[in-house]
Parts: sequence; C-alpha cells; structure tokens
Amino acid sequence: MDFANAFSSDNLLFILDGFYMTLKVAFISIVLSFILGSVVGAVRYMKLPVLSPALGLIVEVLRNLPLLLIIFFARFALPDIGIQLGPMNATIVALTLFEGAMISEIVRSGLNSIDKGQIEAARSSGLGYLQTLWHIVLPQGLRRMVPPLVSQFISLLKDTSLAVVISLPELMNQSKIVSAQNQNYVIPVLLLAAVLYFAVNYALSLVARRLEARIV
Amino acid sequence: MPDFSILTEYFDVYLEGFLNTIYASVLALLGSFALGTVLAVFRISSVKPLQWLGTVYVEFIRNIPLLLVVYLFYLSLPTIGITLNGFVSGTIGLTVYTAAFIAEAIRAGILSVSKGQSEAALSSGLTYVQTMRYVVLPQAIKIVIPPLSNQFINLVKNSSVLSVIAGLDLMYFGDRVASKTYATFDTYIFIAVFYLALTLPLSYAALRLERRLAKQG
Amino acid sequence: MKTNKKLSFTLVAVAMSVLLLTLAGCGGEKAGDEQGSAGGNAEAGASQLDAIQSKGKLVVGVKFDTKLFGLKNPANDEVEGFDVDIAKALAKAIVGDETKIELKEVTSKTRIPMLDNGEIDLIVATMTITEERREQVDFSEVYFKAGQSLLVKKGSAIRSIEDIAKGTKVLAVKGSTSVDNIIEAAPDATVLEFDNYQDAFSALKAGQGDVLTTDNAILYGMMAQDPGYEVVGEPFTDEPYGIAIKKGETALVDAVNAALAELKESGEYDAIYERWIGEKPTE
Repeated sequence: MDFANAFSSDNLLFILDGFYMTLKVAFISIVLSFILGSVVGAVRYMKLPVLSPALGLIVEVLRNLPLLLIIFFARFALPDIGIQLGPMNATIVALTLFEGAMISEIVRSGLNSIDKGQIEAARSSGLGYLQTLWHIVLPQGLRRMVPPLVSQFISLLKDTSLAVVISLPELMNQSKIVSAQNQNYVIPVLLLAAVLYFAVNYALSLVARRLEARIV
Repeated sequence: MPDFSILTEYFDVYLEGFLNTIYASVLALLGSFALGTVLAVFRISSVKPLQWLGTVYVEFIRNIPLLLVVYLFYLSLPTIGITLNGFVSGTIGLTVYTAAFIAEAIRAGILSVSKGQSEAALSSGLTYVQTMRYVVLPQAIKIVIPPLSNQFINLVKNSSVLSVIAGLDLMYFGDRVASKTYATFDTYIFIAVFYLALTLPLSYAALRLERRLAKQG
Repeated sequence: MKTNKKLSFTLVAVAMSVLLLTLAGCGGEKAGDEQGSAGGNAEAGASQLDAIQSKGKLVVGVKFDTKLFGLKNPANDEVEGFDVDIAKALAKAIVGDETKIELKEVTSKTRIPMLDNGEIDLIVATMTITEERREQVDFSEVYFKAGQSLLVKKGSAIRSIEDIAKGTKVLAVKGSTSVDNIIEAAPDATVLEFDNYQDAFSALKAGQGDVLTTDNAILYGMMAQDPGYEVVGEPFTDEPYGIAIKKGETALVDAVNAALAELKESGEYDAIYERWIGEKPTE
C-alpha cells in the first residue's frame, strides 16, 4: 500500500472529478425519480381503472430486478428499440426508473396511511376528490414519507456506483483508473472513495433528521 | 422475441448461478439477522462504548455503497492474512452491509415496545437479558418482520454485485453465457427472468405476511 | 406465469420508451453531445467511411485501464498506450488529422454492443481476431501479435502451462478469448472471471488466485505496474489483434487496412511498437 503516491494531487483531482460526476448524476436522478415516483404513487393510490394496475405491474417488475441489470438494459438493450443513450443518460434513466418505482411505493403507502374517516369527512363537507387529496391527504402523507424518502435518496447516491459497469466516469470508475496506474494504490483509493460516499450521505441524513424534527 | 435456445443450451450454467444466488442470500440473511440484532441491542444499551460501537457501525456502513464494502472485503482481508474466495467474501460483505439496515429495523421495533413494560419486567426481578429475551424481543419481532422481509428481497437483488469479484452468482454465470453467445440482450433477459422468479414470489409472500400481521393488530 | 412475465417485459419496454421520449424531449441537447456521434446516424445508403469523413472525426473505443495499450493518465486526462497511438495514426490517415479523434472507454464486455449501436467507428482495444467474433464484426489485418501467457507472483511454483493442476485458481477477464483457451489448455483448473484487467490483477495481488492469464502484452503492462510479478513460460496460443469494424462496412475495412500498410511501410508502426513494447517487432 502506498498512500502518499496514491493521493498525489493529480490523482486526487482525477478522483474528485469522478465524485462530481457521481453527485451530478445522483442529483438529476433524485429530482426525476421523485417526480416520476410521486405521479405513479398517486395514480396507484387513486385506483384508476387500467392505468393503476398497469403501473402496478411495471413497478413490481422494476422493483424486483437488480439495478445492475436495469443499468445494463438502459445502455445496451434500449438501442434495439431505437433509443440510444450514452453512459450518463443511460445511468440517469435506469436510476430514475428503478428508484422511481421504489419511491412510488413510499408515496402510495404514505397516502394509504391517512385515516379513511378523515377523507370521508372531508368529502361529505363538500370538498372534491382532488381537493381532498391536495388539502387533507397530501400534507399529512408527506410528513410520514420524509424519512423513507431520504433513505431512498441515499440509496440512489450509493447506487450510482453500479454505473462502473457501463464505464460512466463516476467515482468508482475514476478510482479504478487510478488503481490501474500502480497496484499499491488499490486499497488507499477504495478507502478514499468510501470516505467520500460516507461524507455526502451522512450529511444528507443529518439534514433529513433536522427536517424531520421540524415538520413533525 | 428472445432466442430461447440460449436458455435451453445454457440452462445448467444459469441454474448453478441461480442456486448460488439463493445460497448466498439465505446465508447472508441469517448472518445479518444475528449481527443486526446484536448491533440493535448495542445501540439501545446503557453501556456507552457499546452504544458508540453500534452507532458508528450502522452509520458508516449504511452510507457507503455495497460495491465498495464487497471490494474492500475481497481485496483487503488478504493483507491481514485472511484469504476468502469471491463467494465467501461477497456473502460476508452482503451480511455486513445488510446487518446495518436490519439493526435499524430491529432498533425501531424494540423502541416501539413501551418503556413501562421493560421497567416493570426489570423491577419484577428479571435481568436485562431476560427482559430483552422474554418481554421486548417477542413483541418487537412483529413490527420488525415487514421491513425484514423487504431486506431479504433487497439481499437477493444486491447479491448480483458478487459478480464483480467472481462470486459465482447468477449475474456472474449470466455474464459467462453472454460472452459465449455474444447475444448480450437475450442473455440478460433470461437473467432477469431468473431474478424475478425469486423476487416476485418473495414480494408477494412479504405482502401477505404484512397484511396478516396488520390484522392481528 | 411465463406469459405474464413476457407481458411484463413488454410493458417495461413500453414504459421505458414513454419515459425516454419525455426525457429526450426536455433534455434533447444533453442527449446530443453524448450519443450518436459515430456512424450510426449516417444517412441510409451512405457508407460509414463517408460519414466519418464528412463529419471529420473518428470515434474509437479503447481501454482506459490497461497499461501499455490504453491507460488514462490522471495527470493530464489523456489516454495513452499502443492502441491509442495506432488509433491516432488511423485518424490521421482517414480524416487527415490525428487530433480529430474521440476516444471512448470500452471493456471486453461492452465493446461489441457499442460498435453495434454505432457509438464507435472502430474498436482498437486488445481484441483478438476469432472465427466466432467474425460472425459479429469485421476485422482489419492483424495489427499486433500477442500470445496468451501466465503472470505469477515472483517465486511461484508455476513456471508454465504444464504446472497448472487440478484446483489451481486461474484468474481471467470476462468476454475475452483467454477464458476459452485456458479451459482448453488446462481443463482441470478453476477459472475465475473479472470485469476488467484491473480487477483481475487486484485479485491476483490479494492472493485470490495462483495465476493470471491473458495476452502476454497485457501481462507485461502489469509487470510494469508491479515488479513483484513476472510472466512465465512460452505463450501457448496465438492472439492476433485486429481492429473491429461494424459488419458490412467494407470501405472502412479497406481504409483501415490501407492505413495500417502505410504505417508499416513508413516505419511509424515500428516506432509506436518500440515506444510501448520496448523492442522492435519481430519479422
């Protein structure tokens, strides 16, 4: 092991470049999967005919596949149906679909956890269905969703590491290239990557705790 | 339409990986349940060093990618003289990683059992261990089962990272088929079907279990 | 049950496409700079060679983690190695300027799908010409002659392919010819496969295997990385490396072959060879 040379300024900058890519891809995917997950979760909650069960089926399949496979499909199977994505876009699409499916379940069970009596009361007091959803169900449901949502976002950030299989120049991939310069760099570089992932995820979980304390 | 001759020709290869995936997942579930329970008890114990140990473990492991945990076990254990093959070190990596999540689920379960009950048990002469064993844990288990079954499904899916350290799992053997047939897409479709054959019934069973526990109230 | 699964796959495909179209709609420009820079977008009828020349850029898939052939240098972000220099020389011959080149990272697992997608024009990535691969892609003439060999820790009892016995753990890379060759040459060995050479070498160093097998040229690169390891025995196969081109693009194959011949003629090939391999090519 050679910590001093493994952490030369060139190598550090190179690894930080990868870290920036990790954060960028994670940020975009968090936003997109949150939007997708909320819409799908709400549609499933509303139990619309055809649409809700169809989405339910897709969510079940996506949730039950390893993300590694979904990333590979997004990169190399979609071109068969005419959609070609580079490593970054393929990763974003795969993460958005997979984590979106997970988030839709969080949203759905958050909404389901609201007492049916409240909804009936709201409806009988003259509120429309969507109004009830917006004013009564959503605010309460959201509160319960925050903790699982944040842990899902942390999972997403960690899951970006799987994009190494399609050569996205993210943290794991850049670490691999630095390791390839000299075998004595392997373990120091892996440890550095662990510290970087930990720092950002731990910070995220601290923010979440603050947020939770404020809204509850 | 995928080429089904790939499936028939390489069925044995897929099957070997499929069985290893089940094997690794079951071992890691048992291991991480045991380790997770210990960690949860550490975290809520009144002994400060144990609390810290539990907290540091859970916070650190939960916040780094599984891929890194698995690489570190595979590549760095040999530097202290312990060389374990890809399957074993991968399964240990999975166990160590999943234990952090299970510990949190169990801790939440234990904390949900009211303080009054354990105080009553303690003052009636039961030791701390007895209180845990006979009063708190049996009630906590009920609350813990749904998140635990979800963790098991995650374990099955997560075991696919064993493929990067030659862990002989479904994904690893699937890759071997892909490099023989060059039909990457079709090969991967069948890998997906094998994973779903495991995870879909598990999800369904988990849902049933969760509903039944909810009814018992 | 089976039809259910098929149905769900169709549904997933449909859902993926719907979402993708939406994504493409809002992120069109982003998609543009990452994809479709290679010949895949060529107008119907036009050859890939024409497409490359009219856009004035050659897109080549190379390794980013393989010393001597294609290794990215963190100090300057350049990819360096024998394959890279050959690719640059080809760019000079085909589009007239060795800087009119884009290098994309490939692995043994991803290179053929990427060529099929039209994301890259050529694969110059330590790729052995084999009959099976000829069914997938077209190859140029041989541009490098490698032979499969063995890398061991200095002092290992394994000195040649004959020393590989039952239970010997041999490390190799997924999707490479070395796996099939070693199973044929030493059927009793336990072969463990990794995603890339870097992971395989890390595993050897960690003591996860007794010997690493691949083309000797790549093994020399590993020796350069860590002098505690050595290449042993004579090469036991011929691994002629070729440049892979999408099936049916004969004009491009011809252009690459002409460029290679010109490189050998002018002595530039020998210079590149010597720069990375440390000796003049034989013959």
